[in-house]
Amino acid sequence: MADSHAPAASGVASDGASSSIGKISVALLVNGARRQLEIAPWTTLLDALRDRLHLTGTKKGCDHGQCGACTVLLNGRPINACLTLVVMHEGAEVTTVEGLAGDGNLHPVQQAFIDHDAFQCGYCTSGQICSAVGLIREGRAKTRDDIRETMSGNICRCGAYPNIVAAIEEAMKAT
Amino acid sequence: MNNFQYSRAQDVADAVRQSAADSSARFIAGGTNLVDLMKYDVERPARLIDISHLPLRTVEETPDGGLRIGALVPNSDLAWHSHVKDRYPLLSSAILAGASTQLRNMASTGGNLLQRTRCLYFYDVATPCNKRKPGSGCSAIGGINRMNAILGTSDACIATHPSDMCVALTALDAAVHVTGPHGARTIPMTDFHRLPGDTPERDTNLGTDEIVTAVELPAHGFRTNYTYLKIRDRLSYAFALVSVAAALEIDNGTIRQARLALGGVAHKPWRDPEAEAILTGQPIAKDTFAKAAQIILRDAKGYGHNDFKIDLARRSIMRALNQAAQGTPQSQSDKRIA
Repeated sequence: MADSHAPAASGVASDGASSSIGKISVALLVNGARRQLEIAPWTTLLDALRDRLHLTGTKKGCDHGQCGACTVLLNGRPINACLTLVVMHEGAEVTTVEGLAGDGNLHPVQQAFIDHDAFQCGYCTSGQICSAVGLIREGRAKTRDDIRETMSGNICRCGAYPNIVAAIEEAMKAT
Repeated sequence: MNNFQYSRAQDVADAVRQSAADSSARFIAGGTNLVDLMKYDVERPARLIDISHLPLRTVEETPDGGLRIGALVPNSDLAWHSHVKDRYPLLSSAILAGASTQLRNMASTGGNLLQRTRCLYFYDVATPCNKRKPGSGCSAIGGINRMNAILGTSDACIATHPSDMCVALTALDAAVHVTGPHGARTIPMTDFHRLPGDTPERDTNLGTDEIVTAVELPAHGFRTNYTYLKIRDRLSYAFALVSVAAALEIDNGTIRQARLALGGVAHKPWRDPEAEAILTGQPIAKDTFAKAAQIILRDAKGYGHNDFKIDLARRSIMRALNQAAQGTPQSQSDKRIA
């Protein structure tokens, strides 16, 4: 089996036992900037963002897709960064919480979270905000029930849910 | 997670070839289940074959009025697809009842079919599990089995299939298109998943090195009288204790055709032709629904912690059939059960 199937492989072979396991070159567009990574195939997007690109706004909670703390926007849609491998996303656009504010102004969702006191410890907040930005962009949620259901993949152990929903409702009206 | 080699498949034939060349390889698409299983050391593939870039992302109408769904269509896209919402609202509702927004954005149609059980012991590599390690025993029998099966179990395994989407696909008589080293074939959804028997390590009848390419829906979508009712420990983002897909065709108050499939109760989405037959030709009535529930659950067996599921299933079936008959399907965001 030829190795031509691996994207821009550097040192990756795919012909069985005699081959070594190496790093792969992957380019991502992270918060608008092109970032080139030489990365092992088992690296999750979450670990790459935090440990390689030092974007530590995205949090590691459960690391199993159950809590939503690691939510980022992949090509505009919220996903769990802990459950996806960087090597699968050559050329993809990734937006983390660090990429939401522009020109000294907070993103309307960020401002609404502050205005509504939508967090206590803050650990889930960047994931909550990325999910909320995705929710507003998709435009399907209309009611509080819709917001709660669409956001159910983001757990807040402080229990700030009422204020999170209120913040999102306000940001929905503003955008 | 173990170290592994990574390669991309160029097309379906290449994916099949790469898989046949390496028995320890796994296909990866959305990755939401496989990456998680790798983090728990339940799966330790020597190679991942990335199929996520294959051109299997379209939803197309078929010549006979059905719908062909590419295996890589994300669960979100399928649930919100205009044809699916309009013509197969049962499928849309079931998908939206499952997982979270983030997971549905990543998870693929084919991957949803192939997801593994969430039995606690399957995930815990320190315990015996016949599905994970054939012959090692079943820890769920006599263990913590609140989430486990009540129908179609064996002495070797009482795991459930965790999908919501598959319950709707089963009720709708979908078919699964697959391609392998010996060519393409179609497997009816009702035959796709297996009962555990004495080989619980096999979840499905998909052959070695076969790959799911599409799921096909027949023309009849039961768009008027349907519901997907999912009962779980929290209101969202939890696996089903019991779920019911009900679809009826009603003419002047008489049931002309009925579909009834259960989730969360067996190793596969559970359908029973006898339960559907008893509904056919009958008026819409509580007694009729009770008879159907009695028949579909006639062999149900609890294992201790999950004994409650038998009565929960009976009540959920009756509620769901009434929702379907009244044309008032369960909302997946307003959680009140009518």
